[in-house]
Amino acid sequence: MENKLMMKMVIGTEAIFFIALMITYVYFSVTPGFNSASLRLLDIKTTGLFSVLLFLSSFTFWRAEVNFRQGNIQRLKLWMGLTILLGMVFLFGQGQEYWRLLHENFSISKDMFGTNFFTLTGFHSLHVFMGLILLTVILILILLGDFDDPGSTVISTAGIYWHFVDIVWMLVFLLVYVLPVLK
Amino acid sequence: MEGTYIPEPEEELPGLNVSNSQGLLQWISSVDHKQIGILYLFLAVLFLLLGGAAALLMRIQLALPGSTFLSPEMYNQLFTMHGTTMIFLVLTPAILGFSVYIIPLMIGANDLAFPRMNAFGLWITFFGGLLLYFSFLAGGAPDAGWFNYAPLNQRQYSPGPGIDYYCAGLLLVGAGTVGTSINLVVTIIYFRVEGMTLGKMPVFVWMVLINSCLVVGAFPPLNAALSMLLLDRQLQSHFFNLMGGGSPIVWQHLFWSFGHPEVYILILPPFGMLSEVFQVYSRKPIFGYGFVVGSGIAIALLAFGVWVHHMFVTGLGNTVYNFFAASSMLIGVPTGIKIFNWIGTMWGGSLRFTTSMLFAIAFLVEFTIGGLSGVAFAVVPVDWQLTDSYFVVAHLHYVFVGGSLFGILAGLFYWFPKMSGHMISEKLGKWFFWLFTIGFNLTFFVHHILGIKGMPRRVYTYPDISGYSLLNLTSTIGAFLMGFSVLFLLYILRKSVKTGEKAPNDPWDAYTLEWITSSPPALKNFDRLPPVYSLRPLRDLKQSSQLQNHTDGINTNILPSKSDRGGSFEKNDN
Repeated sequence: MENKLMMKMVIGTEAIFFIALMITYVYFSVTPGFNSASLRLLDIKTTGLFSVLLFLSSFTFWRAEVNFRQGNIQRLKLWMGLTILLGMVFLFGQGQEYWRLLHENFSISKDMFGTNFFTLTGFHSLHVFMGLILLTVILILILLGDFDDPGSTVISTAGIYWHFVDIVWMLVFLLVYVLPVLK
Repeated sequence: MEGTYIPEPEEELPGLNVSNSQGLLQWISSVDHKQIGILYLFLAVLFLLLGGAAALLMRIQLALPGSTFLSPEMYNQLFTMHGTTMIFLVLTPAILGFSVYIIPLMIGANDLAFPRMNAFGLWITFFGGLLLYFSFLAGGAPDAGWFNYAPLNQRQYSPGPGIDYYCAGLLLVGAGTVGTSINLVVTIIYFRVEGMTLGKMPVFVWMVLINSCLVVGAFPPLNAALSMLLLDRQLQSHFFNLMGGGSPIVWQHLFWSFGHPEVYILILPPFGMLSEVFQVYSRKPIFGYGFVVGSGIAIALLAFGVWVHHMFVTGLGNTVYNFFAASSMLIGVPTGIKIFNWIGTMWGGSLRFTTSMLFAIAFLVEFTIGGLSGVAFAVVPVDWQLTDSYFVVAHLHYVFVGGSLFGILAGLFYWFPKMSGHMISEKLGKWFFWLFTIGFNLTFFVHHILGIKGMPRRVYTYPDISGYSLLNLTSTIGAFLMGFSVLFLLYILRKSVKTGEKAPNDPWDAYTLEWITSSPPALKNFDRLPPVYSLRPLRDLKQSSQLQNHTDGINTNILPSKSDRGGSFEKNDN
């Protein structure tokens, strides 16, 4: 229980951090200097596909947790490995989006949209990366045979963080990619 | 947490010295909450000396009009470092130090919920502070004030590396503060002794709980602002850069939506300490427990809705100003309630004027002065007249020193016998009280007058007009008196540890559980604990053992416990 409350407070403080970044994004997006031409550089289809893979990783994590509670360690390894793989694929997607944008001469110092876009998505990717470190450590411990007690709260605690990272991406994706298209 | 290995020293704790078999290493590697609490206090003292030295250098510069003792550039760096140090590296660590030391003892636990995270919080704070101070060697300290306004914090106005160190240092210090606060919340929620319901928690525990939630909510906007600023300076993004389409006002909004809760973060735990001090030295329970706790919660909630009163000169419009003027006046109400609670606690009590109690009573006076000058700023036209003048300097020092620091000093003199195992000489303690209080008022009371006369803050010198010189000289003399009295305090504390008389377990005839343990407490805080039926479990215990004619000391009524690391104490069946 202590672990879970601790993690809930951690994501509480992280959530406010992202809210601060998103409010800043919205604040600048309604000022005249916000360059809508830059918005069209974004590739909503490819990033949308990678986003679905990230959301899928929340599902695979849930499967991992269920199997852990049932004491099914073999399946736990499989689903946990799949979760990490999906997270890595998402980060690869972010990387190739950044790579393409930088080659189109669009960077964090280009304009206000670039400043906000790279900061918001960059901090989200950083959180995915930290989540991957966390999950990888857990996977290694599973492979070493450390997780034989179904009462352990470690995996469900890590899950709170992993689902949080997904929800943040859902909001960031809506805000940065979807809303300008709908407008 | 069962079965978790905690790398804890097995030997007895070394008290306040390092002369044991493992020496300094034992302190550095410790995860025991009592040692970490003491290290936090040492950290606060170290940075108090540095921040105090910066203040004294400024006061030397300002002693005479037109002085050239310091260059304007150096003066900017000194006032920035003074403010940043005192807030993030003195008051915050001092509060956290008392919190991590006292909270487990007060709630009957043997350590915090996450002892290693506790050690992490301490050391990341320490290294963050060192990083901040390293800027002096790296080519110039931050020089845009402790609230570091844009556009002054941009490269073109502050080309040195100081502001980058400010961002990096404060991000690290903030991480430590947030981590320790989360640790405290989890500990208070899950590790209380059986019977201590939320309604029976000591006021200090309540205030630390509320305060820790406030930290968790208030630090993220600061971290966001610092990250954006670091990106602005390192990667040429445009958040606060007007030329690139950014907005300096965003910095002010983000900073103050952290910064105003922060001033309550620095006052709520001292409120809790004072509540304990007033009860014990008045021989009465706290007057209006529900109101003390409830007003604390009200302050924490309102704290997020008043930040624009720092920005009344930014031109945001009358609608915004009226809202924040009203909310800023409103937050004075719960604070006022507490003042009356403490007066009510003393009313008709059997007062004991120890050093601790003197600081608590002086707090009532000084903090009320600071509070009244604060309410003045909620009135927008008054704010327009007085903002950025020495009146602000007077106000903030009356709440930070007269409020937070006086509360912390009351707590220090109250808990020192428990932490060190030695009593402080009351005679020397009272000397310190009078020296410090007179020095403080001499320094800062005149700032009210200087501000009303129109002397702007943060300017390195002033012309010899309209009585500025005499008032500034008075202030400098007072500052040196304060500086001397701080050194005198350190001398008193050292003398008490070396040669002070041994402290009994319960020297003040107090009410809460920490006074059951030996002074200083053993490595494992509690083997047995009495049942908690009221706000004053230790008093209940003493009274019930008196009823039984002291048959077996106070151990007769103590419950057995099975837990090693606090929490789940078993119910007694008989």
